[in-house]
Amino acid sequence: MSNIPENLKYSKDHEWVSVDGDVATIGITDYAQSSLGDVVYVDFPRAGDKFATHEAFGSVESVKAVSEIFTPVAGEVTEVNEGLNDAPESVNNEPYGEGWMVKVKMDNPGETDALMTSAEYEDYLSSQG
Amino acid sequence: MSTELKKTPLNGVHRELGGKMVDFGGWDMPVQYKAGVIEEHMATRMRAGLFDVSHMGEIWVEGPDAIAFVDRLTTNDVTKLADGQAHYSALTNHDGGVVDDLLVYRFGPKRLLLVVNAATTDKDWHWIRSHHSEHDDLALRNASDDYCQIAIQGPRAVAILQRLTETELEPIKYYWFTEGKVDGVDAIISRTGYTGEDGFEVYAAPDKAVQLWQAMMHAGADEGILPCGLAARNTLRLESAMSLYGHELGDEIAPLEAGLGWITKLGKDSDFIGKEKLAAMKEVGLKRKLAGFEMTEPGIARDGFDVYVNGEKAGVVTSGSPAPFLKKNIGLAFVPTGFANEGQEISIDIRGKKVAAKIVPTPFYKRPK
Repeated sequence: MSNIPENLKYSKDHEWVSVDGDVATIGITDYAQSSLGDVVYVDFPRAGDKFATHEAFGSVESVKAVSEIFTPVAGEVTEVNEGLNDAPESVNNEPYGEGWMVKVKMDNPGETDALMTSAEYEDYLSSQG
Repeated sequence: MSTELKKTPLNGVHRELGGKMVDFGGWDMPVQYKAGVIEEHMATRMRAGLFDVSHMGEIWVEGPDAIAFVDRLTTNDVTKLADGQAHYSALTNHDGGVVDDLLVYRFGPKRLLLVVNAATTDKDWHWIRSHHSEHDDLALRNASDDYCQIAIQGPRAVAILQRLTETELEPIKYYWFTEGKVDGVDAIISRTGYTGEDGFEVYAAPDKAVQLWQAMMHAGADEGILPCGLAARNTLRLESAMSLYGHELGDEIAPLEAGLGWITKLGKDSDFIGKEKLAAMKEVGLKRKLAGFEMTEPGIARDGFDVYVNGEKAGVVTSGSPAPFLKKNIGLAFVPTGFANEGQEISIDIRGKKVAAKIVPTPFYKRPK
């Protein structure tokens, strides 16, 4: 079974969001990393780039596949996880920790209310078969 | 899923091992196991990997005209094979395109075994049968359901397999084979593979597949043998620049274009199908050629991406992937012959962004002798 921490919010594209004030930390879920397989490259935006909700802001590539990553919330990128350049496998090993991808200063912090809770995401995963 | 996927005799074993199953040409096959593609790839390069390739097709050609018949259908020179020897070859169509690539095994002067790709087995079978005339004194038999095939590959593969057989393996040369017993089971033991490593491919009755698989896993446990899925099989063959049908080879691709001039014996006696077209193509010079490239900027080329030279679209990537052992992003692409030289700068259109790459010699990886 996928690991789905209770303190996070989730998108239908299998990103997770951790909220700290108006800053959202974003990564991909355990389910997403497991579907992708061994991650070898993460293509990031730059700090300062602005994205609308659900805009593709980068991609994560495994040996056999590539998957776009979407911003679950609108805002400006304040930081990217440069550590993944040297250790992209952190996305597999610690998707909710060292494998985080970007921090975004949200235009509207209320937007996270529209995301799924861990229970809702778990139901969503089982409905995906 | 509308049609039932075909299963190899090892299907249950793959599931027990946590194999991630996918539809591969109509077969339910493991793309990777729990260890993941990178570890599986590295195990094969450093120690040993075990692959279920039972989905491959086997076709027997038996009778006095067997050699002449296969020599007429394939590009390599079948008359040069000795008993117990095999070679890589191509079935070609009348335009000089490739119907399939295959191995031809000579068991005797009247007995050949053709081993073909899984997804093309039916197509090959119909193609081969359609060229069997009443003048050919031979019998054709599609024996694909009569065999399992397990590949054990890697620097420790020979030593591991040796523990299970009294047949002396070391004297069997690359692309030679013998019949013997493995773990007491009748088997064809062939020093061939699709990984760029030393090793064997073992053919046996399908009801012995599970026994053989488990015996090999057990015999290699101390050495860290790993079961390997299709994803590792693909990255291993790509590092070794071996062709994959449907990518580097196809009905509209000449073997010469795909770098298979070494198995295209235009000088052999028989007029094999497509020979005239291929000879003419060689005479005027090839317009395009398969070339290896590596990315020189961050980015991963994937199958089907466009290749640009000097800002103009010039070709297409046939296979592209990260190379787990080389730790580079590599690929094979068809490019105009003039741009196929080592050092040529190209770029790959990766989702709308032109990313720099350069042509490099192949194979990308060559095992240490």
